[in-house]
This record gives sequence, structure tokens and C-alpha cells, in this order.
Amino acid sequence: MAFAAPPRLRRFASLEFVLGFLLLGGVVFCVVFSAWLFAPPGQISLSTRLLMPFQDAAHLFGTDALGRDVLARVAVGGWISLKVGFLSVMGSVVFGVVMGLVSGYYRGIWDMIVMRCADIQLALPFILLAITFVAILGGSLTNTITLLIVSQWVQYARLVRGSVLTLREREFILSARAIGVKNGAIILRHILPNLMGPVVVLMTLNVANNILLESSLTFLGLGIDPTIPSWGGMLAEGRTYLQTAWWISVFPGLAILCTVLGLNLLGDWLRDLLDPTGRTNR
Amino acid sequence: MNKQGLTPILHIDELSVSFGNSPVIKDLSFDVFPGRTTAVVGESGSGKSVMSMSIMRLADMAGARFPSGRILFSSGAGEGVDLLKCDQEAMRRIRGKEIAMIFQEPMTSLNPVFTIGDQLCEVLILHEKRSRAEAMVEAERLLVLVRLPDAKALLARYPHQLSGGMRQRVMIAMALACRPKLLIADEPTTALDVTVQAEILNIMKDLQAELGMAMIFITHDMGVVAEMADDVVVMWQGEKVEAGAVEEIFSCPRHPYTRMLLAAVPKLGAMQGFTHPRRTPLTVLRNGELVKEGDDRQQDTADYTVPPLLRVEDLSIHFDVKKSFWGRTTHRNFAVSRVGFEIYPGETLALVGESGSGKSTIGRTIQQLQESANGEVWFDGKPMSKMKLAERQRLRREVQYIFQDPFASLDPRRTVGDSIAEPILTHGLLDRGAPTRRRVGELLERVGLSADMASRYPHEFSGGQRQRVCIARALASKPRLIIADEALSALDVSVQAQVINLFMDLQREEGLSYLFISHDMAVVEKMSHRVAVLYLGQIMEIGKRTDVFERTAHPYTQRLLSAVPLADPSARRQRVALTGEIPSSIHPVNAPPALNPLREIASGHFVAQERV
Repeated sequence: MAFAAPPRLRRFASLEFVLGFLLLGGVVFCVVFSAWLFAPPGQISLSTRLLMPFQDAAHLFGTDALGRDVLARVAVGGWISLKVGFLSVMGSVVFGVVMGLVSGYYRGIWDMIVMRCADIQLALPFILLAITFVAILGGSLTNTITLLIVSQWVQYARLVRGSVLTLREREFILSARAIGVKNGAIILRHILPNLMGPVVVLMTLNVANNILLESSLTFLGLGIDPTIPSWGGMLAEGRTYLQTAWWISVFPGLAILCTVLGLNLLGDWLRDLLDPTGRTNR
Repeated sequence: MNKQGLTPILHIDELSVSFGNSPVIKDLSFDVFPGRTTAVVGESGSGKSVMSMSIMRLADMAGARFPSGRILFSSGAGEGVDLLKCDQEAMRRIRGKEIAMIFQEPMTSLNPVFTIGDQLCEVLILHEKRSRAEAMVEAERLLVLVRLPDAKALLARYPHQLSGGMRQRVMIAMALACRPKLLIADEPTTALDVTVQAEILNIMKDLQAELGMAMIFITHDMGVVAEMADDVVVMWQGEKVEAGAVEEIFSCPRHPYTRMLLAAVPKLGAMQGFTHPRRTPLTVLRNGELVKEGDDRQQDTADYTVPPLLRVEDLSIHFDVKKSFWGRTTHRNFAVSRVGFEIYPGETLALVGESGSGKSTIGRTIQQLQESANGEVWFDGKPMSKMKLAERQRLRREVQYIFQDPFASLDPRRTVGDSIAEPILTHGLLDRGAPTRRRVGELLERVGLSADMASRYPHEFSGGQRQRVCIARALASKPRLIIADEALSALDVSVQAQVINLFMDLQREEGLSYLFISHDMAVVEKMSHRVAVLYLGQIMEIGKRTDVFERTAHPYTQRLLSAVPLADPSARRQRVALTGEIPSSIHPVNAPPALNPLREIASGHFVAQERV
């Protein structure tokens, strides 16, 4: 219905939004347009290995042990990292939230099935699951994302189920039922908007987590092709040179930091924007 | 020194409290004397709770600042200490030992994972440095002091095993543990049933006389004030508007706000001699003057010549509470047992009873929020069990429900316009867009709000306004029956009086019937055509309001009536002795509660066979 609140411009253009948008937007922009902005990263040139950053205009972030440009690798590696981070989180949010809503709202047999699946899921060690997964399906980007979704939807399902259990006893849900609103509409209109706050927070945390998890998986040989650059992979590679060539790991680390920080800021902003009471402490 | 020749134990001097930039209390001054009770009265937002939290310096945690004023507390002889100058460490020693406090919610102010004994001992060990064994003995004595039966066994129980009234008595015992000089009671009986409230008030009065302590009693209930107070301070919007002895305040209130407050209080027995409910003019405060508003008329809207709109027959509802190892139900909560009544068009039937009497359960069953185990509900001559899905959905349009808590019954994330439009759109009564928007505007104006408020969110409204929004939503689908479940209980008295009149006006103009569920006997007397008294899921007495209130036949009804505190200090009375708690309605499956058959003692006046 069209009972929109008066424009909330002040809150819309908050500091959080501007900073978050600049950080995340900048990173995403560099990654998306990396092909036009930077030289292709694959070239190995041992004559220019381990160059310091900010010395050579062609290698602004320096070069790594094989003489590859760090800046270009950070930009291209972002593709894999951002894809893994965002797609895996979006997948687990969609699946987990739906499962949580169903089990929390309808209870009974649905609740039993979903929660027992969740328990089984939680009982399986992640590494064991990863090894089995890769052994059967092989390592690829899609499989890594699927693996992360399979192992993480439970968090969202449990979080959402808990919130739904308290929400469904609240009087405004009861009064919607008393009016005769259908269950689907109650879930979409009244329950979902009221539990998105904690889900958004968990999402922002998991994006960072998953970017790093991807590198762990690759490190163990359970992820994607290790020759394709990714932020997590670069961090792992640079570790051995940390004392002599800090830039190899610091720049991908900074990229992750900017992404996560920007995302957190946007997450906070979104949560405030969604909450009409604006009770958040500042 | 003062008029009684006593030194005040607490002297509040020009106290101002503010949160951030907004002042909450302005230049408040009053004294509290040993052995006397000072009642602080005011409606929500008057700053009375902030005042008590400031005395305890608990308001600091919420971010309160004290720009000016003093709170002098003298525990012994000589000059007192200024509590506002104490640091939190010094306050910690005063709290609980010198000044104790009781809160409103007995359900949440005890820690659920410790036994009653543990929690009482904690206070004694902390402040009095006693050993655990000594503390246990003292704890038992304290429980006896607040008249809890079987004190020794109670020490080992957990809070959830106690009823609300018992928990509140434990809270009092805990507050009294260190024999404080001053007891602050913040709405201690508001969450309790009337009979339990009467008992708690009696205990508090006796204990005060016994221990000689001073008491600050914070409440919004003028009846409780008349019952308890020696001195009264009336607060309004953070300021003291009037103070004096209790008789003075009640017999000749000077400030217009006090007069308005007293006029708004529904008085039990005020309806004697009237056959119909009466809509009385409202006394309102306008530019500092008292004005009477609205008409005075008989509410003769009930039409008994036609068949009843709603008929409930032999309704029984129970919940399974305990199962055996094999999953077989062994114990049930027999919430409602064979209840029957009817409601005629334009009539208000009140269901009164205390918590656990099953009154809300009945309302929820009629609204199809609850399944019944037995019996039948007929609406407009049609049995509900025979209705098809579409007819049941139609019933959800013709019967509307208003909940007790206007804060909880509106979705905080949707504008009130959306909430009011929901029944219209759900039942497809009007087109989305302009027609619906126009209707929402009309509805808002109908309940005394303005149409442009539709785009606001619930948190931007006061409690009374929110309840009006809820009423507007209930009206949106043009219902014929509205179930009002304690719809007035959470409101301030002055707002309550307005909403009562709104209910009556709507009944007259739209021909509505009400099922009015309440525990407040005075409001029920004012509003209803007929009354049904419920006790443990059974009707004890049902009949015309005049019969039930003026020719009361059942002892339980008498007990309820006598427990209501009267807003008249000259009429303090020794009440009908009340013993024990309301028994539980949980029984083994094979031994359901015995039924009390109803007997007609006069035309339309039915009374249960006496058993209680």
C-alpha cells in the first residue's frame, strides 16, 4: 500500500552509507573493470621479481616472487573472492531463511525435519565434508560455493527459527491472524521484515569469513585451481615472504579489509533504514 | 520539622532530571516521613518512575543527568546525605540496605535459575554479612512475615513454581530483608489480579505499621492511592501539580488536573439505579480549565427482540500439558469447561474473571485463533463447525479482535495506514490505492485521529492513540461483533474514559455488539448490558448488569467486588477475608474438574451451585 513514510533523506545519506559505498564500491569497481584498468597479471618476469611498491609506475603495488604485478593480481583475484564471498552468502541466506521460516512458523513435522537436518549438518566436521565433496564432485568455483552454502545455511535457519518462534507469539502476528490474513502474507509482510536485522549482521560477517575459507580450501587442494589468483590465495602465498616482501600479502589483505568494512557499514546503514523506530544507539 | 513534628526521612528539594537535552522532571519537591506512606500518582509520562529511579540513582545507568536539586536522605539522627552527591559505590551500600525497592513485574524480577532461598540469602549475606545458615533461618522468618504458607518448603522452590502473587510477596520479603528505612514500591500490584492485589496491599500496610518504615508508593490507580496513602503527590508532565494529605486531595482537589483525574476514574457502584449502561460526559482539561464534553445518555442499543448474533453452547477448551513416557497425555489444563452464553445485536456482554479464568481463551476460540475441544459457537444462526472455509474467512471479517496491549498489537515496521488497510485488502473489500486510502482516512477520523496520520509508524503514537488505531483497524472490515480483550487495561484513566465513550458511540452508530473481556469491575459496570463471571473456566454467575452487581448471588462475585479498591479514602474497609491462591486448572485427564450446574434464580440471572 501507498502509505510511505515521509522521505527519510537524512538517514539515507548517513556517514555510514557514504563511507561504506565508497569502500565497497571502489573495490568492486576496480575488480569489475580490472581488464581495462590494469595489465594482465599472468606475466612472469623473473628480472623484475620482488619489486618494492610505489617505485615503478608500471608496478604500483610492487611485484611478487615470480615478478607478477601485485596490483593486477589483486584486481583480478577479486573476481574469485567476491564471487565466492557474495554468492555463497546469498545462497545460504535464501535457503537458510526459507527453512527457518517454515520450521519456525509451521512447527510440527516441518520443524522436526529441518532441525534434524540442521543437527546432522552441524555434527559433520567442515573439513571432512569438504574432502568428501571434492572427492565426489571435483574442485571448481561452483563446487566451492555449493560447499559453503551446504555448510552455512544452518546458521541462518537456526537464527531465523529462533526469531520466528518469539515473533509468532507476538500480538501483532496474532491480530493479523485474527483479521484473516493468510499465512504466506503474514510471513512475508510481518515476520520477514522484523527479523532481517540479525540476518544482515550475520551476512556481513560471513562474507569476510567465506573469502578466507576459500583460500584455506585452495591451500588444502580442495578449492579451485591454485594458479588462478584470489585474495585468500595471495595471502597464503605471501606468508613465506612476509619478512622480506610484506606487500605481497598486505595489499590483498587491504582489499579484503576494504570489502568487509564497506559491507559492515552498509549493513549497519541498511538495518537502520529498515527500522522505522530508529532506536539504534549512535 | 513539619506539621506533624516529624523530621522527614527523605527530603527532595527542587529536583530536576533530564535525559540528554530533554527535561523529564522539573523542580520537584516533597518530603517522606517515617511510618507514613507517600503516594506518587500520575499517568504515563509524568516522570514518576524516573523519580523513583533517581532516588535509587539507578537512572544514571539510563543516562539521566541531574542539573539541579538535592535528595536528602537521613537514615539516623542529624543531617542527611545528599544522594545526588554519592558515588555509585556509596549508593550500592544504601540500596537494598537503607532504601529498598519493589518493581512492577514479579514475573521478571526474580532470577529463574536460583531458588527463592538462594535469592533471599544473597541479600542478607551481602548487606548483613551473615553466614549462610543464619541467613536461611532469617529468610524463613521473612517469608512468614509476608504470610506465605509453608515457608520452609518454599525456600527450596524456584520462581516458576510460584504464582504471581506469591512471587510479589517474595519480592517484598526480599526488599524488607535488611529492614530498610524507606521502601519504594513502583506499581507493585498493577500486574496482579484484584483479589491478589487486595491481599498484597493488606500485607504491605500491616508490615509498614509493624516495622515503622517510610514508603513511597508509585501508582496510577486512584483506588489504590485512596486505600494506601497518607500523603499524596500528584505529578503531571514531570511537575508536581498538587500535594497534600490523602483526604484533602480526594475531598477538595485544587488543581484542575487532579480534578480531571478523579473525574475520570470509574467508580464501582456509580451505576446503581440505572438499567442501561450510561455514556457520561468527559471532563477534560482545556487551557487550564475543566470542561465537560459530550452527551449524557442511556446506552439502550441492545435489541433482545431478534435472535442472538452469537451463541456459545457448552464450549470446552483444554490444553495438553503433561505427557507420559509413551507420549500419552496425562494432565490437561481445563481452561474452559462447558461455557454457554449469547450476545444480542447492539449488546455488550462482559466476561469478567481473574487470570486463568479462561476469559481470553473463549474470545480466541470465537475468533478462530484456538480450537475448541467440545461445544459449538453459532454466529448469526449458523454453527461454526459446519462452516466451509470461505464462510470461516467471512467470519474473520464480521468478528474483530482488539488486544490488550496497543504497543504489541501493531507491526512496528509498517505504517498505521498499512495496518488499518490490511483487513480491507485481505478481504478484498475495496480496491487498492485511492479508495482504500480514503477509507483509512475516514476510519482514522472516526476514532478521533486525523487522516494524515496514516503515514506514521506505531512508535510515533502514544498508548491511547495506538489503541484508537487498533479500534480503527477493527472497524475497517465493518464487523458486527468486536471482541475487546482487556482493551482498556493498558491505558491511563483519562484515556480510558475517552476510549470507553468511543466504544459506546461506535456501538450506537454502527450497531456493534461487544464481547468485553476484562478484570476491571468498575469499567465493566460502566460499559456492559450483561455480565458473565468466570472462575476456573466455568461461569459462576451470568445475568443483567443490574442483577450481577446489585443483587449479587454468588460468593465469588462478591469476593471480586469487595476486592476492588475504592477511590475514596473515607471508605477504607476491612475486606472479606481472602484466603489462598486461585487453584490450578490443571487436572489429570481421567479426573476432569467437577462441573457447577447453573440455576436460574431470577429471569435471565443464572448462578452456579455453590462450591467455592
